[in-house]
Amino acid sequence: MKKKLTIGVTGLNNIDSPGPGVPVIRGIKDADFEARIIGLAYENLEPGIYMKGLVDKTYLLPFPSAGSEAFLERLSFIQENEKMDIIIPNFDSELYLFIKYKDRLLEMGIKTFLPTMNQFEERHKDNLTEFAKKYDITIPESKAILKTDELSNLPKPFAYPYWIKGKFYEAYKVENRNQAIYYFNKISAKWGLPIVIQKAIQGTELNVIALGDGEGNTTAAVAMRKQYITDKGKAWGGITLNDPHLLEITHHIIKQTKWRGAMELEMIKSKDGEYHLIEINPRIPAWVYLAVGAGQNIPEMLCKLALGEKIEPITEYEIGKMFIRYSWDLIGDIKDFEKIIVFGEL
Amino acid sequence: MSKLSSLAISDNGFIFKPSTGESYTTNEIGLFIINLLRTENSGEEIIEAIMDDFDVDKITAGRDMYEFLDVMKRESLID
Repeated sequence: MKKKLTIGVTGLNNIDSPGPGVPVIRGIKDADFEARIIGLAYENLEPGIYMKGLVDKTYLLPFPSAGSEAFLERLSFIQENEKMDIIIPNFDSELYLFIKYKDRLLEMGIKTFLPTMNQFEERHKDNLTEFAKKYDITIPESKAILKTDELSNLPKPFAYPYWIKGKFYEAYKVENRNQAIYYFNKISAKWGLPIVIQKAIQGTELNVIALGDGEGNTTAAVAMRKQYITDKGKAWGGITLNDPHLLEITHHIIKQTKWRGAMELEMIKSKDGEYHLIEINPRIPAWVYLAVGAGQNIPEMLCKLALGEKIEPITEYEIGKMFIRYSWDLIGDIKDFEKIIVFGEL
Repeated sequence: MSKLSSLAISDNGFIFKPSTGESYTTNEIGLFIINLLRTENSGEEIIEAIMDDFDVDKITAGRDMYEFLDVMKRESLID
């Protein structure tokens, strides 16, 4: 008989820059256990709240900027009602709180399977140079800056065009100083400081979704190439690849860091065949359902790891599996909208 | 494994390169050349096969084959 778990999932914003919550839930629904899904949303109009058959109940959470007290208080209230076994947080900006308070969550009965605080901190975009040195990984030259003045005195590798990136999200390729200042101000106003400058490498962007067991083993890994990229840099279509070297790099990083939890590696393969790591996202990416479709149900495996179960690593997946995203207009009812606004739950 | 043998090629002339995720389409003669390359025919043998099957002279057959091989090399589809 299937075991029934109660699982909280954030990232229900299935919009043009989609959160991973909806595909994570789809993976859980394909798992060999039954689950009651508790949606945890930050905004009233996150589409996952209203998608039929997806979440059993949704609660609004305070934004991470509201602080830890509000966060813990709200989760405690939700937990009294729902008795969640696991929470899968899916936003970069909320991970700090979930990692920091993982023991408090455990006391409430909520398990997580997240990177350690050290793993989370050391792979930050502004620490990537040190991270690459420590673990012997090739990265494009990167520099964290705090003021626009520093844009005038960048060292030589940073010829235009280069990337200007936010701490958590957003990246723009800039062609001149005016653009660089504009995007510095735009991104820092939204995501704070520092801003990361990264040399632009010509080549193909490749991504890997992987799951580390915290002991140095890669329990799942799927490589993908974006086939269609939106103006926000998001994949609207992608295909699984057979790239043994890319997977070797993934195994190396997980082994060296003893990575715990899911991650997404963003790499550039240059024309001369060199691989440059451009980012590590310490969570499940929004294209996770491609991995599920290709034979590796990473949300299911993550839940089992969170429960302390031993799982066998999966090394195979189907090559040439594709995903194509689409938008779909849901017809909602004002009564549902009213409930989420007035009561913070639906 | 050679680059050529790693390609997934359908009878419709659709070519998928699993290492990069790129895909291509080729016409009847391109597919004909690829199939002969896969069975390790020499350049001369391929040219003769093109002459027989497509009823063209040796110069045309040779030009078609070398142009096609150039494209495949440029796209790193063959070693």
